[in-house]
Amino acid sequence: MTSLPPRRPPTSRRQALGALVAFGAAASLPSPAIGQATSEKPLVRPIPSSNEPMPAVGLGTWITFNVGNDRALREQCTAVMRAFFEAGGRLIDSSPMYGSAQDVVGDGLVRLGHPRALFAADKVWIGAGARGPEQIETSRQRWRVARFDLLQVHNLLAWQEHLPTLMAMKAEGRLRYVGITTSEGRRHREFEQVMREHPLDFVQFSYNVLDREAEARLLPLARERRIAVIVNRPFRQGDLTRALARQPLPAWTAEIGCSTWAQVLLKFILAHPAVTCAIPATSSVEHVRENLAAARGPLPDAAMLKRIVAHVEKFA
Amino acid sequence: MSEWWTYRPSDFLLFAPRTYYRLVETYNAEWWPWQAVTLAAALALVALSWRRARNAGRVVALVLAFAWGFIAWRFHWERYATINWAAVYFAGAFALQATLLAWTGLVGGLDYGGTSRRRRYAGLALIVTALAVVPFAALAAGRPWRQLEIAGLSPDPTAILTLGLLLVARRAHWALYAVPVLWCLASGLTLWTMKAPDAFIPLLAALVAAAAVVSLRLRGR
Repeated sequence: MTSLPPRRPPTSRRQALGALVAFGAAASLPSPAIGQATSEKPLVRPIPSSNEPMPAVGLGTWITFNVGNDRALREQCTAVMRAFFEAGGRLIDSSPMYGSAQDVVGDGLVRLGHPRALFAADKVWIGAGARGPEQIETSRQRWRVARFDLLQVHNLLAWQEHLPTLMAMKAEGRLRYVGITTSEGRRHREFEQVMREHPLDFVQFSYNVLDREAEARLLPLARERRIAVIVNRPFRQGDLTRALARQPLPAWTAEIGCSTWAQVLLKFILAHPAVTCAIPATSSVEHVRENLAAARGPLPDAAMLKRIVAHVEKFA
Repeated sequence: MSEWWTYRPSDFLLFAPRTYYRLVETYNAEWWPWQAVTLAAALALVALSWRRARNAGRVVALVLAFAWGFIAWRFHWERYATINWAAVYFAGAFALQATLLAWTGLVGGLDYGGTSRRRRYAGLALIVTALAVVPFAALAAGRPWRQLEIAGLSPDPTAILTLGLLLVARRAHWALYAVPVLWCLASGLTLWTMKAPDAFIPLLAALVAAAAVVSLRLRGR
């Protein structure tokens, strides 16, 4: 991958503006075309199916929150969650596949007094569709929440059986949003088909400076179908930030208000108008603050995006 | 699993290295100072088998069975399973190994009646690896002594010690090698995925033991 594929223009600028006016967030419209017009307010994107505003940086829990019963490490995770909410974060994403992560999130929520800002996103991940409701209930108990805001079919596992269950939960008011996930570019064809044929609120897939396959079809389709996009593995599970750690931050990154490589990588993702929220995972309070700070200040324009890609491809 | 060829070992690593080593540390703290006792017991087993003492084969098999059963329950089931759901299956495999060793001990024990020099020295190399190389390699890798893995309490050195004591025996059923070799492979891959510099130790131990077993089977011994 040596050059950026062309980005599609928004399918309806009027629609996008309408949603933003409704939430008074017009200044933060994230489009390369008007990237320079962003304000210092944290970037908030509307969930297309409801227009509910969503801060553009969330918190992933893959690996980092799987700390078992270790009290000291659980306290670190709670500190990360506290810093996340203090910086204006909302969406926390987990899965029954992530070991003890759900329980660690639930523990943190109790210690923080159940922050009202929380947007609880979890997944169903089990091969037998009939056992989905039982797994969802176990997950809910681990999170210690009354209900989930969003449930996604993890990696499309048994999606034909789980989607009707999730849609029924939504219809009964026991769930607010329904989605599907994949990662690392797997099963994009089938993913696209589900996006086309089912009324999804959210999709989640991998997208970062080096893994840009989603730009060709999934991101434009999400805009067309008015589906919110959660981006996982924004740093390729830390590989990108580790590879860039020894490289000095180029002076031109100051133009988009970046002080770390992580912020450059996140701003690259957030610059895509179809992206609703990126969910970097971290176990460091300092890093979660840096990540949330990436949702402030100007976003890169098309020329800057090309520059970021060229620079990162040289070193990562 | 569709598109299985796109998966890498790192896709199956559910925890961070710091979480795993903290787990070893808290496990060690819970059982301190039993590390000294299990180390002394391991040295006693080595002495008994090397000197071909009377009933050595029975004692070695039964003590090892106890260690495998203990690790199945206390390490895999109670601790490792909190960060790795696959540890439930590891606990089952360790319990199976404990059963096989206990059965061997009850029906007569391992045969320490003398074997080839090559086999004895291969076994001795694995024993030294389990008792000395594993802990010192961890120190060399920069981990604190509280995170050292000790034979009799931790799975890696116990599996390598078991392979060594099986090789020193004149005859041991091939089934007794299966779980320790598979564990060494699984653990080595996990450590390699965690980018641990000592990941090669369990992998090498598995290779040595597997090569020895295959060679013996080919010779019909």
